[in-house]
Amino acid sequence: MAKSRTSLRSGLETADLPRPPKSLGGLSREALLDFLKEMLLSRRFEEAAEEAYAIGKIGGFCHLYIGQEAVGVGAIRAIRPDDYVITAYREHAQAINKGISPRAVMAELFGRSTGCSGGKGGSMHLFDASVNFMGGYAIVGGHVPLAAGFGWAIKYRGEDRVCLCFLGDAAVNQGSFHETLNMAAVWKLPVVYVVENNEYGMGTAYARVSTLPIFERACSYDIPSTAVDGQDVVAVHTAVREYAERARRGEGPSLIEARTYRYKGHSMSDPVHGVYRSKEEVEDRMSHADPIVLLRSRMEAVGLIDQATMDALDNEVRAVVADAVKFADASPVADPSQLYTHVYHSLDVHGRLFLDRMNRSAAKVSEGVGRGVGGGEARGGVGANRKDS
Amino acid sequence: MRELTYREALSEAMAEEMERDESVFLMGEEVGVYNGAYKVSRGFLDRFGPQRVVDTPISEAGFAGIGIGAAMVGLRPIIEFMTFNFAILALDQILNTAAKTYYMSGGQIPIPIVFRGPTGAALQLAAQHSQAVETQYTHSPGIKVVTPGTPADAKGLLKAAIRDDDPVVVLEGELLYNVKGEVPEGEHIVPLGVAEVKREGSDVSIITHGKMVHVALQAAARLAKDQISAEVLDLRSLRPLDVDAILTTVAKTNRVVYLEEGWPLAGVGAEIVNIIQEEAFDELDAPVLRVTQADVPMPYAKNLEQLAKPSAQRVVDACNRVLYR
Amino acid sequence: MGTKVHMEALSPTMEEGQVVKWLKGEGDEVSSGQVLAEIETDKATMELVARGDGVLRKILVGEGGTAPVGSVIAVIAEADEDISALVRDGRAGAAVGGAGAEPAKAPQAPPAAQPERAAAPRPSPVAGAPAAARPAASAPAATGDGEDGRGRVRASPLARRLAADAGLELGRVAGTGPGGRIIKRDIEAALAEAAAAPARAPALELADYEDVPLTQIRKTIAKRLVQSLGPVPHFFLTIDVDMTGMVRARERINAFLGAQGVKVSINDMVIRATAAALQRHPECNAAWTGEGIRRYNRVHIGVAVAGEEGLITPVIRDADRKGLAELSTEFRELAQRGREKKLKPEEYTGSTFSISNLGMFGIYEFTAVINPPEAGILAVGAVEERAVVKGGQVVVEPRMRVTMSCDHRVIDGAMGARFLQTLRAMLEEPAAILM
Repeated sequence: MAKSRTSLRSGLETADLPRPPKSLGGLSREALLDFLKEMLLSRRFEEAAEEAYAIGKIGGFCHLYIGQEAVGVGAIRAIRPDDYVITAYREHAQAINKGISPRAVMAELFGRSTGCSGGKGGSMHLFDASVNFMGGYAIVGGHVPLAAGFGWAIKYRGEDRVCLCFLGDAAVNQGSFHETLNMAAVWKLPVVYVVENNEYGMGTAYARVSTLPIFERACSYDIPSTAVDGQDVVAVHTAVREYAERARRGEGPSLIEARTYRYKGHSMSDPVHGVYRSKEEVEDRMSHADPIVLLRSRMEAVGLIDQATMDALDNEVRAVVADAVKFADASPVADPSQLYTHVYHSLDVHGRLFLDRMNRSAAKVSEGVGRGVGGGEARGGVGANRKDS
Repeated sequence: MRELTYREALSEAMAEEMERDESVFLMGEEVGVYNGAYKVSRGFLDRFGPQRVVDTPISEAGFAGIGIGAAMVGLRPIIEFMTFNFAILALDQILNTAAKTYYMSGGQIPIPIVFRGPTGAALQLAAQHSQAVETQYTHSPGIKVVTPGTPADAKGLLKAAIRDDDPVVVLEGELLYNVKGEVPEGEHIVPLGVAEVKREGSDVSIITHGKMVHVALQAAARLAKDQISAEVLDLRSLRPLDVDAILTTVAKTNRVVYLEEGWPLAGVGAEIVNIIQEEAFDELDAPVLRVTQADVPMPYAKNLEQLAKPSAQRVVDACNRVLYR
Repeated sequence: MGTKVHMEALSPTMEEGQVVKWLKGEGDEVSSGQVLAEIETDKATMELVARGDGVLRKILVGEGGTAPVGSVIAVIAEADEDISALVRDGRAGAAVGGAGAEPAKAPQAPPAAQPERAAAPRPSPVAGAPAAARPAASAPAATGDGEDGRGRVRASPLARRLAADAGLELGRVAGTGPGGRIIKRDIEAALAEAAAAPARAPALELADYEDVPLTQIRKTIAKRLVQSLGPVPHFFLTIDVDMTGMVRARERINAFLGAQGVKVSINDMVIRATAAALQRHPECNAAWTGEGIRRYNRVHIGVAVAGEEGLITPVIRDADRKGLAELSTEFRELAQRGREKKLKPEEYTGSTFSISNLGMFGIYEFTAVINPPEAGILAVGAVEERAVVKGGQVVVEPRMRVTMSCDHRVIDGAMGARFLQTLRAMLEEPAAILM
């Protein structure tokens, strides 16, 4: 136990991370520029979301990914387009990383009919089944078994796909996490769990409510695990690629603890710092462990990027984001007729499905023709992938 | 027509659907090696193999969620809960994920899954094993709920549920597994949302669902000795709900007793009463009465348990009251 | 010969009534059937009608006063008639409340010494009978009937609907449900009673008819028309009737009477309505005698029935006084015997008005030939669903077309038209024929 405690405390020091040597992982310049650009896009998108939230264009809870971009980009760039991604509610950037257009994501945040969930999901429930982005979920730990379900289906059908499941550090104390890891291990399901340890479950530091470091939790289920520097996109990419290939070979699930840091408050309605963390801490992490700065400086050191290229990348992604905002703002709000659609896929011929007075028989006719399950049609519905933009 | 037990009817329904569609599989506690806690899946492991008949650890939230995930990508899981008392552990998965993902995704991801298992009180199983949970599920849009009371309905409704593209909760009666009844040969499907008059009558309507159909029929038989003709309407599906059948029987008899195994507050009967007062107000000759479980956790002691459960006599008494007798 | 005005039993369970308001004052002329007063019964406020003609000479129970059922509360007599005996009888008969010579138990009842004209409503603190005094508000609420003590009738929703459909006033129905709630069976009982009982006993036994001498103009009209059209100069009036209410009422009535083996037809209801309308329009219940016009005081309706060898017309006597069930049963029986040629002569003669209904053959509209010396006959078509325009909307409803053939010597166009208006009103409001 004593060893574990020591391990936990030291694990929170970024300097002590089992980070691979400052490497570029043998990746090509194109791949690295792509990582950089995708992280920049993630950053600029979230900055635009923050601005739109501030002027009331976005409502509800809105959780920003700023500071954690390397985890989403590194992990999702390590899997194939036909692999599944499922995640929690801090998922705007991950949705874009997986292939949903920034337009469709921003429109969803704006609650417009052109959003990737038709305006019915919002910030926490982005979906596009056509790019195998299987959703953002807002019950902490609730989506962890779903990932195993995708893994189950992959195995059931004998496919070589994998499922990448992002979850936060607080989710590892949920029962569903432990139940699922156990079954995923027993059935050797092809799932890679990436725990984004940004150190705080809302305002509660992980260490205050846990004994073991996160990656060690996996040992209970005989699942291979590791901790990586979540600010190092190459490190995340390397770890995920390795575990994904392992899963693809049928060797079962794995867990990666990506140690990262969130620059903003838990959500837009929470303070950036306060009683649970200091202003100095946040500023220190921002200035010393920014994932974008980290990659850029390494690439500069070996002459893979110059200021002009960096500026060009940034201008490019800013234009994409500006276009997304413009598109979202100009998009129509959801049609009132959409209120009762998509509650049920099979609208029964008999009986009443909706019991409220507003909707008696309307739902029977309002929904279009039933769509097949698992077919392309069922997947193409509302979501728009990047090509649409 | 041949007779089957309720258990055999359910078993036949699952086996037929698993033969018909290989995306259908059964997952739950004790469904495989043990042949099912209530032996509904007897012989399934041998017949369909461990890939399609999956024993799970005692992890209701976990395996319910795994089933939902599998359904989200096109499989058609049947998740068996040993009893629905334990499914309370999986309510997050059923109500937060299964019920809502199709909607939250703007219609991209239907979830064709069946959650089935016994519900309601058996005999002296005490508070934690004796709950009728219909209300918990019918309350939530996105879920469909059926409550077969007879072997024929068990087979027909379970088959319809497996073929449905939405999450369907199939609430079986824990005391019904050995009940025998006629089940049609061959393909037998009972569509969701169609109630059935289990006994015709003209003086008073006993509307009910699930296992309580049998209590209602007993009560109707007793009333018949008093020259009172009671109609027994078995809703069979709670969502979709056959409102037309409810309004028809109300118009016929003008007096209604709702019988259910669950508790009264915000129970299924409460909604049925609401529908009747809203849509058949002018047909009523008496207030609608409900017969429910006593509003207490189920006691263990035999005599107290008897007092807590709805009984035929309580239904008879309620009928007499709405008949002003 | 004066007439005593009694406190009548206006509800089956009423034992006493309270005079809410006198609608006629002492000295007013009144005639049979006119409403004299509003009476608060144990259920509702009801109208008390005069049972004789003359002048309301004496009010014995003032407004607010109560009197037991059967007691005399006023006297109607000729203006100059001596009514002292009647008044004495009344006071004696009503003096059950221990109120001495004053029958009224209410404090408002005027002291006997007051002048007659002022005897009516005057609240007075010096009650004639303080011991028996009982303010209306303190009347017991829980009397086991349908009123809740605040004037609200308690009835089940179904009972309300059934009563409304049948045109039955809930206040007339005794409730047997909890707290006196009026429930379905109470309405059934009330309707069965209404259908079975004679509609209304005539206040006086009337002479069968009254001959009206011809005026000069009437003589001229008759002469000219005969020259023009033959011995019975017909003209025809057609009216279209909305039968929605009648069809529904028939269903409900039959549902109630089914157990008694009675099944009322639309034709029965038409007969009943016609009789009721004729009672209000005696000018159409009439005959040409050559010397004059005979207005019948009784309504005997001949109803054409197709027999094997031709038309036979059994007569329903006093059709305006018969309840629907009685009328229906009688007609069915007469028609059956008519078809079997077993009617006695008095059973197919003596009608004062006739009806021919070919609706069962799908005939939509036709004209019938008057059966002299009667002055009119109704030709009744089929009830069928038709599109009609109502309030600018096309709606579908059951309609029935009725054509009246009139003997123009007796009936002028406007007279016939007014009769048909009344008939239509009755057919469209079935309550009218049940009461």
